[in-house]
Amino acid sequence: MSGFLGRLRAGLARSTQKLTAGIGAALTRRKLDDAALAELEDALISADLGPAVAADVVANLRRTRFGRDVTEPEIRAALADIITPILAPVAKPLEPEPANRPHVVLMVGVNGTGKTTTIGKLAQLWRAEGKTVLMAAADTFRAAAVEQLQVWGQRTGCEVVAGAAGADPAGLAYAALERARNENADLLLIDTAGRLHNKTALMEELAKIVRVIRKLDPEAPHDIVLVLDATTGQNAIAQVEIFRAMVNVTGLIVTKLDGSARGGIVVALAKKFGLPVHAVGVGEQADDLRPFDPAAFAADLVDAPEHREA
Amino acid sequence: MFEALSGKLTQVFDRLRGRGALREADVDEAMREIRLALLDADVALPVVRDFITKVRAEAVGQQVIAAVSPGQMVVKIVHDALVDALGGPEVVPLDLNAPAPIPILMVGLQGSGKTTTTGKLGLRLRTRARRKVLLASLDTQRPAAQLQLQQLAERAEVASLPIVAGETPLQIARRAMETARREVYDVVLLDTAGRLSIDDALMNEVAAIREETKPVETLLVVDAMTGQDAVNTARAFNERVGVTGIVMTRMDGDARGGAALSMRAVTGAPIKLIGLGEKLEALEEFNPGRVAGRILDMGDVVGLVERAAEVVEQEEAEKLAKKIARGKFDLEDYAKQLQQITKMGSVQSLISMLPGAGKLAQQIENANIDKTMLKRQAAIISSMTPAERRNPDMLKASRKRRIAAGSGTTAQDVNRLLKQFDDMSTMMKRMNKLGQKGLARAGLGALLSGRRF
Repeated sequence: MSGFLGRLRAGLARSTQKLTAGIGAALTRRKLDDAALAELEDALISADLGPAVAADVVANLRRTRFGRDVTEPEIRAALADIITPILAPVAKPLEPEPANRPHVVLMVGVNGTGKTTTIGKLAQLWRAEGKTVLMAAADTFRAAAVEQLQVWGQRTGCEVVAGAAGADPAGLAYAALERARNENADLLLIDTAGRLHNKTALMEELAKIVRVIRKLDPEAPHDIVLVLDATTGQNAIAQVEIFRAMVNVTGLIVTKLDGSARGGIVVALAKKFGLPVHAVGVGEQADDLRPFDPAAFAADLVDAPEHREA
Repeated sequence: MFEALSGKLTQVFDRLRGRGALREADVDEAMREIRLALLDADVALPVVRDFITKVRAEAVGQQVIAAVSPGQMVVKIVHDALVDALGGPEVVPLDLNAPAPIPILMVGLQGSGKTTTTGKLGLRLRTRARRKVLLASLDTQRPAAQLQLQQLAERAEVASLPIVAGETPLQIARRAMETARREVYDVVLLDTAGRLSIDDALMNEVAAIREETKPVETLLVVDAMTGQDAVNTARAFNERVGVTGIVMTRMDGDARGGAALSMRAVTGAPIKLIGLGEKLEALEEFNPGRVAGRILDMGDVVGLVERAAEVVEQEEAEKLAKKIARGKFDLEDYAKQLQQITKMGSVQSLISMLPGAGKLAQQIENANIDKTMLKRQAAIISSMTPAERRNPDMLKASRKRRIAAGSGTTAQDVNRLLKQFDDMSTMMKRMNKLGQKGLARAGLGALLSGRRF
């Protein structure tokens, strides 16, 4: 576990540098007064928590610590303690149910968030556990999307179901599920084309994929995972809202957390939707997928010195 | 793209309009709303602060002069400040004033849309600037990225550098430039792998590519949905590779795109292009004045007209104009129009460019207009005989039933189409009287406003 935290922290440490500087500047000189709280609020806004959630977190801090003389590590720990309980309820790993066989996972999201890469990582993870994984390249729209998934298939030793460019993604997903059943695969991972949530026709297409899959298995897809880019700002809220309304998203995977973006939007999403966060992506390699650890995430978000196990 | 922000600002200004005189307290209230709206729109905090300070000072100062409508005054001040923050009123085009081959380097984070943008830019340079373009993918990181660019190049009908396995990005860049010199290309678009601004090894690599190729333009490609981190990314890339221009992608989404506002402030580089869809032609010049207008819900008619002009074939358009002038607009022409609307991209993205789009988009949502509707109309027309299309008046109950059956619709659908066609013909006759100017001013709105298809 320390290995995981170490690597995650190494990645996240970079992303918290600026926030840390902000908090440091806010607190080296004085006690926790209105001005200091305002600066803390700004620091949290800069971490993409959004104005409303940042105000909430700071209001919470005000209730317990206002007017006290506080050290910098103290205030960071306090912030982490406020944020961790918001995140704790949503930390749920993606666990395929063997009885489903094949357990169907549908990956959705806007363009460029890392759906295909994440599928590759999940395939790697489950292959390592000895499961048989089938992938379906239902992104029939974007140039070379199929080939991209096929490379992941080779890397992870998984078969990829693919159709002609421009083929109907729902039909392809149906065929893939049929094949996964025939071959008695443990898992079917369906990659879909990136789509902006405000494009009605494309969202309808996604709903159709789900509808068609359900003709074969009314329970499928067992997981509908929205892949979210950590650099996304407040628009993530609209993304989750609409994707959930259209296809009943069951959980999130947050990617690109190894960059300078801190992914504070996850806190806002947890508060508003309470959707499970299954994992975080911290690199381009097959094993760069980590479980979502709320305490570590919160601590790293505000660079708290220690964090307690949740 | 900025609908939500414009909605909020509109609310604030409505409130201001509602009161008589503009007091300092009113301005402060408006500024609080604007600050929140800008933060919700993902504008970077320091940029928000500067913006608010500037606008507040100006608004309070202007109060005395503006006796007529204080709200409108603030709208103008905010608009001007937005235009300023977005880079001033002038469009800054791509710099193509250099000896060929002109290298253009595309950089950015993973998934920001570099490869798609490179394909779009290739098409744009070929068709608009009439340049001979070579695309080269230096992305050896992401699986099939090179293949993706090659396929996009084929669609854009421009050349792409043959893929050689095992080459480093620097080697590919060198080969691209050599090929371009040898085969006399005007422009070479170098598409690089996505990289994090904090990844030293990859940032060194792109710096080396820049050193080697000496690009005339280094374009940073940024997702319009980017949050506060846009600023870090822009700063880091600017320091390492010297950004000369910014491309905002996915501006057809509903992200408020505040990142655009921050970019210029941080890098000093102008936003040169915006991506407005997944189709290859969905790349447009960034026009600060227009985007500020959209922020304030003034609509983007110019953008609509430009895009329409691009897609609607000149000849077709002229033929159509003549027919309209003679009052001989028939269902054949209507079907062609439907086709062209489909070509222009989704109805929603067109409508979002119209003035008052916020409200209109709502109506459209309710009316549930989408391409399916257009397709159905096209199907109805296809089920008519040529004679019927030329002379819709001959359509009586029996013919309508046949057409409905043939197109998988109902007689009501057929009637609705005919009614709409009638309305349109009437409108076109009216437009003829108005002349060209009248068409430009009222036509597009009148064509689409609140009409149920």
